[in-house]
Amino acid sequence: MEWETVIGLEIHAQLATKSKIFSAASTAYGAEPNTQACAVDLGLPGVLPVLNREAVRMAVKFGLAIDAEIAPYSIFARKNYFYPDLPKGYQISQFELPIVGNGHLDIEVDGMTKRIGVTRAHLEEDAGKSLHEDFHGLTGIDLNRAGTPLLEIVSEPDMRSAKEAVAYMRKLHELVRYLGVCDGNMQEGSFRCDANVSVRLKSQQEFGTRAEIKNINSFKFVEKAINYEIERQIDLLEGGGKVVQETRLYDANKDETRSMRSKEEANDYRYFPDPDLLPVHIEESLKDQIKTELPELPDAKKARFIEQYGMDNESAATLTSSRELADYYEAVMKESGGEAKLSTNWISGDLIGALNKAGLEVTQCPIDHGRLAGLLKRIADNTISGKIAKQVFDELWNSEASADEIIEAKGLKQITDSGAIETIIDTIIANNPAQVEQYLGGKDKVFGFFVGQVMKETQGKANPGEVNKMLKEKLKR
Amino acid sequence: MHNKTITELAKDLRAKKYSSVELTQFFLDRINQHQALNCFISVSEESALKQAKAADIKLAKGEATALTGIPVAQKDIFCTQGIKTSCGSKMLDNFIAPYDATVIEKFNQAGAVMPGKLNMDEFAMGSSNETSYYGPVKNPWNLDIVPGGSSGGTAAAISARLVPAATGTDTGGSIRQPASLCGITGLKPTYGRVSRYGMIAYASSLDQGGPMARSAEDAALLLQTMAGFDPKDSTSVDSEVPDYSATLNDSIEGLKIGLPKEFFSEDLNGDIAAVIEATVNEYKKLGAEVKEVSMPNLKLAIPSYYVIASAECSANLSRFDGVRFGYRCDKPADLTDMYTRSRGEAFGPEVKRRILMGTYALSAGYYDAYYLKAQQVRRLISDDFNKALSEVDVLMGPVSPSTAFAIGEKSGDPIQMYLSDIYTIAINLAGLPAMSIPAGFADAKPVGLQIIGNYFAEARLLNIAHQYQQVSDWHKQAPKGFE
Repeated sequence: MEWETVIGLEIHAQLATKSKIFSAASTAYGAEPNTQACAVDLGLPGVLPVLNREAVRMAVKFGLAIDAEIAPYSIFARKNYFYPDLPKGYQISQFELPIVGNGHLDIEVDGMTKRIGVTRAHLEEDAGKSLHEDFHGLTGIDLNRAGTPLLEIVSEPDMRSAKEAVAYMRKLHELVRYLGVCDGNMQEGSFRCDANVSVRLKSQQEFGTRAEIKNINSFKFVEKAINYEIERQIDLLEGGGKVVQETRLYDANKDETRSMRSKEEANDYRYFPDPDLLPVHIEESLKDQIKTELPELPDAKKARFIEQYGMDNESAATLTSSRELADYYEAVMKESGGEAKLSTNWISGDLIGALNKAGLEVTQCPIDHGRLAGLLKRIADNTISGKIAKQVFDELWNSEASADEIIEAKGLKQITDSGAIETIIDTIIANNPAQVEQYLGGKDKVFGFFVGQVMKETQGKANPGEVNKMLKEKLKR
Repeated sequence: MHNKTITELAKDLRAKKYSSVELTQFFLDRINQHQALNCFISVSEESALKQAKAADIKLAKGEATALTGIPVAQKDIFCTQGIKTSCGSKMLDNFIAPYDATVIEKFNQAGAVMPGKLNMDEFAMGSSNETSYYGPVKNPWNLDIVPGGSSGGTAAAISARLVPAATGTDTGGSIRQPASLCGITGLKPTYGRVSRYGMIAYASSLDQGGPMARSAEDAALLLQTMAGFDPKDSTSVDSEVPDYSATLNDSIEGLKIGLPKEFFSEDLNGDIAAVIEATVNEYKKLGAEVKEVSMPNLKLAIPSYYVIASAECSANLSRFDGVRFGYRCDKPADLTDMYTRSRGEAFGPEVKRRILMGTYALSAGYYDAYYLKAQQVRRLISDDFNKALSEVDVLMGPVSPSTAFAIGEKSGDPIQMYLSDIYTIAINLAGLPAMSIPAGFADAKPVGLQIIGNYFAEARLLNIAHQYQQVSDWHKQAPKGFE
């Protein structure tokens, strides 16, 4: 039997506002429990929510970036359920009339572009956190996160493999960070995902019964969880069983999903419009204004990099994978005097390699764009060779000095004085008659030996082109 | 001193006839003397005297405003920093808010003195003050009858002259109905005129705080302090607050009064109808014209109200879960046990009834039939009022279909109890301002006249009420034993 997988994702992106969605308390991560929760976040009697304008702007910005309809009129609803870390006994969310309507995002998988539909994106507040450790037989509650603004982005069930789901999630991650509406920090829970997975026979029209996998917070786990779930469902169906609609949890340690609760146990959330909040009206003028604030988006930037800097598709994808990296690239380009190929190779190769190894973001890069450009300039004007450049790069990484200062202090300047190189070559030829004979006898490989000797003698500072040319002259058969 | 109006007391304070400390002590003593009425849940003697001292300093410096040094009690629904706010419930018997409601802040800024917090129906759910965890309030006109609800503590305290004025809140008639039953003046402002921040929510889209006093003139002074935009309340309205006292003496010659015929059906007690008729005749003498109007959807107000109010309260009261504040049951076995016993033990039967009704009305499969339908009805009722108020300046009618009933008489019959708000509820659904002013007596019990105005017409309502109070003395009459 041939099976087809159907996947839809719900992504929770924490909006990068300074204060909470309905209160003035700070959203900064990592504070002592309950120090960033004011009376409103604690749900004290009598308090009222006031909508954070910035959260609305960010939602609109996101909507415009995915070509979505922005609702001219949207409302907030109460989603009712009891949980100790949900202070009011309801979560303020959007149900009917969300702020962002139909939009889409293009992903690229195996060289093919595919359009994934976004059904809606709505604003809501996060709940707090229950702490079970350190409280023997009791539960501690930390409400620092309560009231943090979230944008829940719901996709159409358009993805057909875990790979596509990951590509979509990565693309969204890249986009929200480009827009500056979410820091994308997955360890801190700023960007997390619920996956709806079902399978059906290839020939079948209607969807199979789906399972929802909750709260996955890494690209790797999304792929693993979905693949596990696909296999589980196919095994079940092929064994004559039935998939039940339920919520499942992915256990990364065991690499499996397991049931949390079935549909029968599901809550009746009793949504109704929150009477404490007025409807949100988005004027055309606000949309127009936010449009002007939109940065160049990843797809456009990638196309431009290919066009403007002559990059291949892969390098362009790498260098536009974050706005900061792309900005870094362009700053280096500008300061190095337009060395596109050098900049592309050095940044997508050595620099990203070093950053990955050190576990750093480009924003934390120890070599600022000016210092890297300084190095590239010296490669371009032949002051140093590519090999020496790697040595200088390491020095740049570990010190504050400029490339020129390092080259000067360590005497790494390439020897371009042909007289000096000539003397060295003559000495080497005189000292190695056996090798000379071999070479003249037709053993071309020996040529490399002579190059190596010259480079060794000059500590790599001889211009390799020059050395090659002169050796060829001297060793003429 | 207890028979003087706020204006008279303020004049005396400025003339140094007595100090605010003396005035405050006088009323504290009077409150203490009449504990049998059960008007107060908390008496804050110490902080009141401290406030009075501060007011005396302001008075001495000539920095006093209209309410400086005047005792104004607060309904126990408004959060007060450091002083218990119970909302009439066992659930909050141990609750001390860490902040002041916006209304409280405003009274503090005005230099008013708060002698204590007034008794009320539990979470403002009730029409007789019998649902309070702290026991029923007695009506000073007859200790066997109810003062009305839910601002019954306020109405009784003012009527018995335990304080010159106080606040109330009105979700379905809770300012006007007790004002009517106790013979005082109460104003429910336009929804959004007074901030709800710090006022414990019953039904958010209907709740509105307002002044209760012995005269329209005093009510104007209180509203002046309470009204205004509050950035902490998204539903409060950002429009200028007029000088409510400035227009009290304007002529009402040519005033167009509408009498909704649905207010005068056979359900209305005949004696009350006669009082209303006599009052309307007085208005005619003052130059008003009277016209009959019709509001065909009025009969749908009570069912619509109880669906909406209950739905909202079911969510608003979810925060009382025993987790962070308020009552928690003893030794809960697990989380569900903590929720169910804390809520089961601390909420009274009327609160439970409304939470359950609301939960039902919002649940899957019933939302469209109940909640959505009720909202549609609400719109129709609003339209009725808008239409009527486009033809006349104000509407007049009774506040309550009967005078104050005996304690215990209706407490076993929720439907009968709900019907006592039949003339007030529709106004909350529409969000309009309305007043109750003393208009006479039936069977030796006070009867109020209701005056309903257009949105933000509070100044006009106060003017119309004040003009009547210039030619009548119902509002000046005191119950026996409290003169």
